[in-house]
Formats: sequence, structure tokens, C-alpha cells
Amino acid sequence: MVDSSRRSLRPSSVLGRAWLVAVALAGAGMPLAVHAAGGAAVSSAPGALNWHHWEAGNEIFNIPSLQRGARNFMAYCSGCHSLKYMRYSRLAEDLKIPEAQLEQSLVLPGDKKSDYINTRLQAADGEAWFGKAPPDLSLITRAKGTDYVYQFLKAFYSEPNAPTGVNNLALVGTAMPHVLSDLQGVQTAVFRNEEYKGEGGKPVVESRFYKFEKGTPGALADEEYDTFVRDTVNFLSYVGEPAQVTRRTLGVWVILFLLAFTGIAYLLKQEYWKDVPPGQH
Amino acid sequence: MAAVPGNEQGPVYKDGSFREWLNKRLPVDEFVASQLTGYFAPKNFNIWYYFGALSLLVFVLQIFTGIFLTMHYKPSEMAAFDSVEYIMREVEWGWLIRYMHSTGASFFFIVVYLHMFRAMMYGSYKKPRELLWIFGMLVYLALMAEAFMGYVLPWGNMSYWGAQVIVNLFGTIPVIGPGLVEWIRGDYGIADSTLNRFFALHVVAIPFALALLIMLHLVALRQTGSNNPDGIEIKEKKDANGKPLDGIPFHPYYTIKDVMGVGVFLTLFCLVLFFSPTFGGLFLEPPNFEPANPLSTPDHIAPVWYFTAYYAILRAVPSQQLGALLMLLAVAVFLFLPWLDRSPVKSIRYKGILSKIALTVFAITFIVLSFLGLQPAEGLYVLLARIFTVLYFAFFLLMPWYTSVERTKPVPERVTYHG
Repeated sequence: MVDSSRRSLRPSSVLGRAWLVAVALAGAGMPLAVHAAGGAAVSSAPGALNWHHWEAGNEIFNIPSLQRGARNFMAYCSGCHSLKYMRYSRLAEDLKIPEAQLEQSLVLPGDKKSDYINTRLQAADGEAWFGKAPPDLSLITRAKGTDYVYQFLKAFYSEPNAPTGVNNLALVGTAMPHVLSDLQGVQTAVFRNEEYKGEGGKPVVESRFYKFEKGTPGALADEEYDTFVRDTVNFLSYVGEPAQVTRRTLGVWVILFLLAFTGIAYLLKQEYWKDVPPGQH
Repeated sequence: MAAVPGNEQGPVYKDGSFREWLNKRLPVDEFVASQLTGYFAPKNFNIWYYFGALSLLVFVLQIFTGIFLTMHYKPSEMAAFDSVEYIMREVEWGWLIRYMHSTGASFFFIVVYLHMFRAMMYGSYKKPRELLWIFGMLVYLALMAEAFMGYVLPWGNMSYWGAQVIVNLFGTIPVIGPGLVEWIRGDYGIADSTLNRFFALHVVAIPFALALLIMLHLVALRQTGSNNPDGIEIKEKKDANGKPLDGIPFHPYYTIKDVMGVGVFLTLFCLVLFFSPTFGGLFLEPPNFEPANPLSTPDHIAPVWYFTAYYAILRAVPSQQLGALLMLLAVAVFLFLPWLDRSPVKSIRYKGILSKIALTVFAITFIVLSFLGLQPAEGLYVLLARIFTVLYFAFFLLMPWYTSVERTKPVPERVTYHG
């Protein structure tokens, strides 16, 4: 795993959120709490690769990244997953994709530009083939967090006994096959037997994750695969809330206006309160 | 020519003017004079006195954004979740209206909690303001019902399971419980009928009740006049014209001051609205971005932050029946504050050390319980929840004792200023 240290050493976004909570609720002194997202994950051995601290590092204003993410999604994910709240046309408009290119490389055969992005896979088939219909991904980043999706797409490892031949650290026993293994290659997970004190102080031995080892290389180098996943997650984050770019841009102007308004209101208040005689105190 | 009623020294109407015509038919000037320009409020309001006006602002904001949301929202099991996403994506400025409403819900509780804490600090519930306090508490109760039902409407998975947990609490009532729960849901589980009736209550019934209660709260306030940080009745010291020496007209002084407060408030509100509308999962919870699913329980079910103090109390007790009862008492006990407080003075400034410690501990307790309600109910968290539940009730139950034995400071004749 290249550059995993860079990812894991970045200050946690949880701290950033807690700070926001502290600022806005300072008066109320409300509790600082953040919900952790994500499903069942394996436990790690001491000194293990810190995969559950990997951060997606989203860049929602990075249009080229979002465009690449859209391409990645349509090429690798849309076979099974829908974005049922997202229209192709909205995508093209927001991500500045020329119409010709949209029709040529993104719109699924038989779909119109104004259609929602729905997979051709029937839910019943998905259930028959994978044991579970592949979920719609419109809101996956909002429900589970971008970091989770990023970790999930990088934490597949080979497990010959599993029906799909793979397992995943972020979602143990996932029904999803590693559809990106041609790009990432195959990695195996090294587990270590760790002894710890169980109930009643009895030593219990448990197999815990330690690190990944690269097997067959894929079509992409590690850095390239990392960019591929980041772009895809970035795109899914955009799909989760298409208005977020407008929201942030508009927000700056709203705040500037409100600061000016508050300043003027303060001066007006000072002007009126001049004639309130000071207290006898 | 006629003087403005209620303001005989003020302007006179010109004969045949529109103002005269209007005022002979509708007491506009009389209302303004009695409620605004002729209503005297204490001069020494501090920062804590913004939150009443701000609560009213958020109420109006919720009504207006709510009206626009109902134009696109569909209260049906099949369509509710999709219609919210439709609002977020395809309705012009729908995302802004929805975020205003969802952020507004949390800010409503922030300002109301601060407003309530102000009343507790300065003894605003004490004689002669007992009814004012009770109407305020009824507003708070109606607001809790409003917020809970509103939270169910997006029909996310946390909406569904939150409704499940809260509605099932009624099932712990002996004898009538199970039947009552069925009656509330309108079905054997949380279902379409539940969503429909919650929509009706959230959009029509409770907003009406809220508006009525808020009006009563304001009428009662105008009757007794505002309290102030010194807990002095300004009506007792009047000048030759019968105006309170320590009072100033509500308009223009406090209206202008409140405009400034609104500016500060909206700045904070918009910082959250535009830059962190989910507020790290506190204002909009991640599991609620998954549609309601009766077959998949979220990892841990927690209400939104403004209810978690009571939720912690509920879970602190091993028996669900007793827990639900304690939770109910935790809310209802506020109603008795005017009679639990035996202190001869109103404001915390002149109360003794015991009251000061008790109120500080209570504020911390409420915050800690709110935090604990967000955590899984296991291990140390349960123990802490039990300790703080005891502290929570001790504040109220011991109040008749500590407010009557402590030595209070003399209350000044006239209001004071602390900057």
C-alpha cells in the first residue's frame, strides 16, 4: 500500500465537526457527539495498517475529478447499481459535460438524456445472482459517509472460500464481487493471531487483520487506482447532494450580507440607545 | 381632531384622514401604543433576553418553510422518502427550503432551551409569572410533539425506528397500553396510516395549538411585564407620569436591539445551513438517508440531539415502564418550578450559594445526559446516566429545601447594569 500514511495522518474530520458543534452551541453548551458510519468491520492487530482511518478527501469543486468519477461509475458500477434520483441531463449541466460526449459515453443504450440513471439489472436477478439486490447508490455517501465508500473500494482481499472469491474489511461477508480487481489487482490480507483477555480473564486467541499483501498486479498502479477510487467517491458525494456546490458558493454571499446587515443594525441600535439614560448604578 | 387613544400626549388625527378612518374601525394605533410604544420593558436586559424574540422568529420561519414543503411532499409510505429527495434535487430552491426547515428545527430547540435557562436563572417563573411559565412549558411540550412527528415524515430508517421506539413507550402504560399504541399507529405496526396522521398533526393540529399557546404566553407576559436579571418589579417604581423609572418603551428600543440580535442569529443559522446542514450527523442523522426499512434496524437508535437527555433517562432504568414514567416526569417536573422555589428573591444574582451550585450542576447534568443519550446504552454510559438522572431530579426535589435554608443577598431598589 503506497501512501497510506499520508491518508491516515490527516487530522480527523471528526475533530473539525466537533469544533463546529462547539462554536455554534457554545452558549447552550450542547454535547459534542458524532455518529460513526459504517457496518460491521474486522478488528485490527496492534500496529496494523490503519485502513479505517483512510479519508476520501473529497474535492466537490474539482470538476475534472467529478467528470472522471462519472465516467468510472457508468463504466464499472452502472451495470448493477442505479442512481435513481439523478438525471443524465442534470449531471451534464452540473459537471459541464458537452451534450455529444454525454450521449456518446455516459447515457446507457436506450435511455434519453432526461431519464434517471437506472441500471439494466433487474432486482430479482440481482437477488438470484448475489443473494441481495445491489443497492441504489444515490445516497450511499450520505448514509454511510464518503470515507466508508472509499475504504470499502480499497479493502477487498482475496478469500478463495467465499462465493465471490473475495471478502472486504469494511463490510465483512459482502455480497459484492470485486469488480475493480482488473484495475487494482488482487491483494491478500495478512491476519495475525492475537491473544487477549476474554471474559473472566481467560486468554482468547483471535485472528486480527495486520496488513495487505499485493498479489497479481492490476492494470493500474497503486496511485492510479487510488485516484480512480477518489474520483468515483467524489462523484458519488456529488450525486448524494447535487445542490452542495451551489449551497457552498451561495452561502459565502449570504454570510457576507448578514455580517453587513448586523453591522448596520448595531449602529442603528447604538444611535437609538444613545438617549437611554445610564443606570443609577 | 382626536388624540391617539392610549397616548393622549401623542399625535392627533387630522379630520378626514385615512388614519382616522382606519382607527375608528380597527384599533391599530391603540394596539401599537399598548403593546409596543407604550409597553415598558426593563432597561437592563442582557444577552439572555434575545431568545424569546428569536424563538418567535424561528416559529414563523418553520411555518413559512413548512408551507412550501407541503406543496411538494407526499405523506405516503411509498412516496414520502422519494418526495423529499425530489424536493432536494428537482424543486427550484427546494434544497434551501428543506434545509431551512431541518436546521430550523434544531435551532428552535437551541433558542428555546436558552430561553428556558434564562427563566430559571432569573426566577422568571416565580410569582406573579406562574401562568406565563406554564404557558411557556406547554409551548415546549407542543414543540416536542411537533418535532417528533416532523422527524417521522421523511420516512428514513431512523424516522421509522425512532417512531417505533417512542410510540411503543405508550405500550408500557398498564391495561390500556397495547390498545392505545394500536390506536395511535392506526395499524399493527408503524405504517402508512401512522405517517398520514402524523402529517395531519404536524401540519395542521399542532401548529394551531402552538400559535394559540404562544399567543397566550405573550398575553400573559404583557399582563405581568417582563422580569429582568435583577428580578425587580419595575412597575413598583414609577415617575410622575406613571411610567416605570427603570423601563423603556419596547418600541423602538427593544425592537431595534432585537433586529441586531436577529442579524447575529441568522449569521450563525446560515453558517450551519449553508456549510454543515447535517451538522456532523446531529441535525440530520446518516441512517435517515436510507429509506424506512422494517427489516433492518439501525446499529443504534437515538433520537435527534434535543431529546437525548430524556432518552438517556429512559434507558438509565432497567424497567422500561419505570423508565418511561421517569422520562415523562423529567419533562413535567418543570411545570412545578414556581412552587418548588421557596426563595424570597427571584434572580440567581441574589440567591445563596446553594441555588447557584444547584443550577450550575443542573445545566451540566442536562448537557451530560444529552450526550449520553447519543451513546450506546452500555457499560460506563449506563452507570453515568443513572448518576446524572439522580442529579437531574435532585435539582427539583431538593429545591424547596435549598432555596429556603440559604442566606440570600439584599435585592437593590433599582435595576443594575453588569455591562
